[in-house]
Amino acid sequence: MNSITEQLLGVVSDWDGSYKGAFNIREDGGCAGRQSSENIKIEPKNDNPGIVIRISSKAQQETVYIPACVTKSGVNDLVYNDFIVEDGADVIIVAGCGVHSEGEEEARHNGIHRFFIGKNAKVLYKEKHIGTGSGKGAKRIDPVTDVQMDENSYMEMDTVQIGGVTVSNRLTTAKLGKGAKLIINERLMTDGDETAKSDFRVDMEGDDSSIDLVSRSVAKGNSYQEFKSDINGKCRCTGHSACDAIISENGRVNAIPGLYASNIDASLIHEAAIGKIAGEQIIKLCTLGLTEEEAERRIIDGFLK
Amino acid sequence: MLQLKNIQWETETGEKILNGIDLTVPDGKLTVITGPNGGGKTSLAKVIAGLYKPSGGQIIIDDNDITDWSITERSKNGLAYAFQQPVRFKGLTVRDLLSISAERELSSAEVCHMLSEVGLCGRDYINREADASLSGGESKRIEIATVLARKDATLLVFDEPEAGIDLWSFTSLIEAFENIKKDNNRSLLIISHQERIMNIADYIAVVSGGKVVKMGTREEIFPTLIDKTAATRCSLRTN
Repeated sequence: MNSITEQLLGVVSDWDGSYKGAFNIREDGGCAGRQSSENIKIEPKNDNPGIVIRISSKAQQETVYIPACVTKSGVNDLVYNDFIVEDGADVIIVAGCGVHSEGEEEARHNGIHRFFIGKNAKVLYKEKHIGTGSGKGAKRIDPVTDVQMDENSYMEMDTVQIGGVTVSNRLTTAKLGKGAKLIINERLMTDGDETAKSDFRVDMEGDDSSIDLVSRSVAKGNSYQEFKSDINGKCRCTGHSACDAIISENGRVNAIPGLYASNIDASLIHEAAIGKIAGEQIIKLCTLGLTEEEAERRIIDGFLK
Repeated sequence: MLQLKNIQWETETGEKILNGIDLTVPDGKLTVITGPNGGGKTSLAKVIAGLYKPSGGQIIIDDNDITDWSITERSKNGLAYAFQQPVRFKGLTVRDLLSISAERELSSAEVCHMLSEVGLCGRDYINREADASLSGGESKRIEIATVLARKDATLLVFDEPEAGIDLWSFTSLIEAFENIKKDNNRSLLIISHQERIMNIADYIAVVSGGKVVKMGTREEIFPTLIDKTAATRCSLRTN
C-alpha cells in the first residue's frame, strides 16, 4: 500500500503498521491486504466488487478491520461488503474510510455494507471518516448501511466524520427482530463548504426491540448538515432519537425527525436542539484559565467526544 | 491584596448598578460581601472576575491595575470565580472541568477528593457530563469544586455558594473555606447572606444601592446585621 493509505489508516482504523487478527484493506478500488482468522473468514464476492465477512459463533470479542482508502482524485470506488454474524458471536468491526485528493477531479468512496446479525449476537461497529489533501476536487464518502437484526441481537454503531469530507450522504436502514437492540452514535464535524446528510430509517418489527439514535454535530464555516430519522414502531418497542447540533459562523443544520408508531405499545421519543455555543460556557472556561479559542475548541471536542 | 477604587458599572440600558464601590480585600483573609437583593453584590463579583467591564474606577491586585485585563488574564494571575448560577456543558464531564481548572489531567482519586470536599460522592460523578441531567444542588457543588481545584489561585471569589446546597454539604463547604483560611497566601471573597459563612469571616462589607455602606471586622459588623425579631433574624439592615 502507498504512504497516504498508511497515514489514513492510522487515523481511521487504529493502524500502527499491522493489524492483529482478520482484516481487509481496500486501496483505490483494489485489495491492498487481506487476512482471515480462525473465526472470521473474509472472501471476495463473485457478483460485485467487495467481500463477504463471515463471523463464526466462536468469535468472542474478536476484532476485524475493514478500512477503505481513496488516495487520489479521479477514483470512484464502489464496494459491496456483506457481514454475516452467526448466532452468539461477539465481534468488533473497525471500518474506517479516508479519502485523499490533490487533484481537480472528485475522489469518492461509496461503501455499501449489509449486516446479517444472528440471534444473541453482539456487534460493535466503529466507523471513522476523514478527508485530506489540498485538491480542488470533492472528497466524497457515501456510506450505505443496511442492518438485519435477529432475535435478542445487539449492535452498537459509532460513526465519526472528523472533517475534510466535502460531501457525505449517509443512508442507514435497519430492521429489528424480537428483543433486538440497536444503538447508533453519530459524531459529525463540517466546515467550509462541506455538506453532510444523514438519513436513518429504522423499523422495529419484533416485540421488545429498541433503538437509541444519538447524533451530535458541529457545523462551522458555510457548511450544511441534514439529519433525518424515521423510527417506525410496529410492535411493543422503544425508540429514542436525539439530534444535538452546534452551529458557528454561517453553518446550517436541518433536523428532520420522524416517529411513526403503529402499535399501541410502541413508545417513541425524539429530542432535537440546534444552537451556537452558549456564551456563558465560553466565559466559564475562561474563568478557569482558557482563552476564548481554547474554550471553544474544548467545548466542541467534548461535545463530539 | 485586592483594592476596588470607585468602581462603577451600569447595564446596557443605562441603569446604574454600582455607584462608586471602594473596598479593600486583605491578603489571607476571608471577606464576606452581604446586603439586600438587588444591591449590586453579584454585579460587583462579575466586575472583579472580568465578566463585566466597569464604566469607571480601578481594580488593583497586588499593585497591578487589572481593570482592563481579560477574564483569562485574571484567571492566569490567580483569580478564581465561582458562578452563582452554574453553567451546564453537554459533552464535558465533571473530571474534564476539574482537570481544566487544575491545569492537568486529574486522577480519579484526586477528583473524588475534590468532590468530597463539597459533599459529593466522587465515584458517582467523575465521568458524568456536567449537563442538565445534574440537579441544581449537584451543579452548584461541582461549580464550587472547580474553584477549589485551582490550587494556584490566590483570590477565590464565590457568589452565594450556599444557594441550593443541603445542610450536610454546606457543613463540608464551611470546612473547605476554613481550610483555605489557614493558608495565609490565599484570600477568600464570598458573596453571601448566610449567617454561618459570616460567622467565619474576618471582614464583612455590606453593599446596598451599589455602594459599600458598612465595612469592618466581623465583630464590628455582624451584630449590626442581626434583626431582633425572630421572623427576620437573618435579614439585613443597611442603614
